[in-house]
Amino acid sequence: MSDKTERKGMERRRFIKRGMQATLAVSLGGVAVASFMKSYAGEMVWQIDPFKCVQCGRCADECVMMPSAVKCVHAYALCGYCDLCGGYLKPNANERSTAAENQLCPTAAIKRKFIEDPYFEYEIDEELCIGCAKCVAGCTSFGNGSLHLQIRHDRCKNCNECAIARVCPADAITRVPANQPYLIKGDFTAAGDKAKKDTSRMSDNN
Amino acid sequence: MKNKFLKYSLLIAGWFGSIHGLFAQAQQRFPKPEFESGYSQPQTTTPFPRALWLEYFDVFVLLAVLSLVSWFALKKRSRKGVFWSSVFSVLYFGFYREGCICSVGSIQNVTLALFDPTYAIPLSALLFFLIPLVFTLFFGRTFCAGACPLGAIQDLVALRPIELSRWVQKVFGLVPYLYLGLAVLYSATKSDFIICRYDPFVGFFRLDAQFIMLVLGVLFLAAGIFVARPYCRFFCPYGVLLGWMSRFSAKHLTITPKECVQCKLCAHSCPFGAIDEPVAEPAHRRKSVKHLMLVVALLPVWAILGGWAGSMVHVPLSRLNPTVSLAELIVKHPEVKEDQNNIDVRTFMSSGKTTDQLVAEASEIQRRFYRGSWLVGGFLGLAIGFSLTNLSIFRKRDDFEPNKANCLSCARCLDFCPVKK
Repeated sequence: MSDKTERKGMERRRFIKRGMQATLAVSLGGVAVASFMKSYAGEMVWQIDPFKCVQCGRCADECVMMPSAVKCVHAYALCGYCDLCGGYLKPNANERSTAAENQLCPTAAIKRKFIEDPYFEYEIDEELCIGCAKCVAGCTSFGNGSLHLQIRHDRCKNCNECAIARVCPADAITRVPANQPYLIKGDFTAAGDKAKKDTSRMSDNN
Repeated sequence: MKNKFLKYSLLIAGWFGSIHGLFAQAQQRFPKPEFESGYSQPQTTTPFPRALWLEYFDVFVLLAVLSLVSWFALKKRSRKGVFWSSVFSVLYFGFYREGCICSVGSIQNVTLALFDPTYAIPLSALLFFLIPLVFTLFFGRTFCAGACPLGAIQDLVALRPIELSRWVQKVFGLVPYLYLGLAVLYSATKSDFIICRYDPFVGFFRLDAQFIMLVLGVLFLAAGIFVARPYCRFFCPYGVLLGWMSRFSAKHLTITPKECVQCKLCAHSCPFGAIDEPVAEPAHRRKSVKHLMLVVALLPVWAILGGWAGSMVHVPLSRLNPTVSLAELIVKHPEVKEDQNNIDVRTFMSSGKTTDQLVAEASEIQRRFYRGSWLVGGFLGLAIGFSLTNLSIFRKRDDFEPNKANCLSCARCLDFCPVKK
């Protein structure tokens, strides 16, 4: 093997290396520019649209957190402060009292407080709530629907793909901008709707 | 006729339903009471998510760790430095950030951004995807060595590594190509993020996971005692991209600072089988060149064969998509429409969509899967073809050198090299 062919081999190798470097750099740059055009300087978080939610109960089971990062929240502005509360009492409750047998919530996470005759305030204890949506179904069917589920961002891990969004039968869970991280019923007005449009959803197939 | 009537009555019922919904929103069933006791209504609390500047701080930490590891591996030649960087990465990106955000998973965010017009990728996620690749193009896979928490946690348990035969490494080394292809297919069709879903180590980082994922994680770590870094070498889809960058990187860690004395100590020290031994000039150069020409000519055949094989399995592949699986269930078993216990079917039935609409949607998704699986199969075929090509390239090598594509720049061999300065 002569020196000349060896040098030629080295030159060829260097040429291939430089060429491949350039190719890789250009393709990486292409991907970078194409995705940068569609990037968003802020952060996205997951949230439940309470008007799409069908209260199926999967939020309690499918979240990677145990207990779930989904909790029931109370939009007080919509509450009727009913004595006969569809979210608090079982449908066939013996009496309207705080006795455990009458409560719909499996973990007794709703606190019922007398305000004035005949009104009661209902407050969620998030330490106890598991996000099963039983009270939401009751309140939505029989009352004003002021109880509804939300992902609580002090608990949510903000997984890259939300485990409950994947199994939500109503596609109610979407990415929303992190500076408007909640969709609370009542103050979920035009601004909230606009915020929703800017986001995307994994299982939206259109 | 009857059918038409039913359709209309459903339509009208739906219309009334929506009016009713609007009504309930605008005017409540039970009006808000006017309190006389001076009761003030509490506010619904809305605890905010993690601050945005912290997301960019993570990017900064990634940059800092990558620079440090590259300096330790290439310049300082210190295994200790690389080791402590990986400990830091396990603590910070692993246990503190709980495995999210990570460069491996960011492949899917980038794919989704390219394919879904409604998805805006957070800039921090894009940077997590790009920065390690750029670093690798300059310095080799220093990201794997000390900045990736998934790699680092496996590196820490690689206590009794055994040597795997070349063909085992070659064959199982093709799995990451398949995994990458599938991950891109599933995120491009907006079906799933499989890399994140089947991340075996995130359960440890969060100290909480589904039982099956925890078992998987334990198995990976247990296997990792003997087969060093099994996930990195035989599964990691990001490793494929890093391998491409690293193969042609401008600089790379060198085993010896001066001249190799052929002592073989480094080859024994590498737990990943990533050090190439010296090769003499092949005896029959002409014959091997002919052989090489043949495997190169076969590359398109591999691609077409792979694409065809991929397209054959596009139907089972598409079943992971929830719309497709729901449509298939309803078409095959129409009786489930009455099943109140099936949450997906129940929700679909009350959504007002017709089965035809659902089937049309599902078959459109399946068409996308058909095209996608041709591409993924072709990609896998090419990967097989190229790895055969690599087997037929004989390059004269005088010294022990790191295999640039597979070397994870962990710097173990540097400690074993007797040549110092």
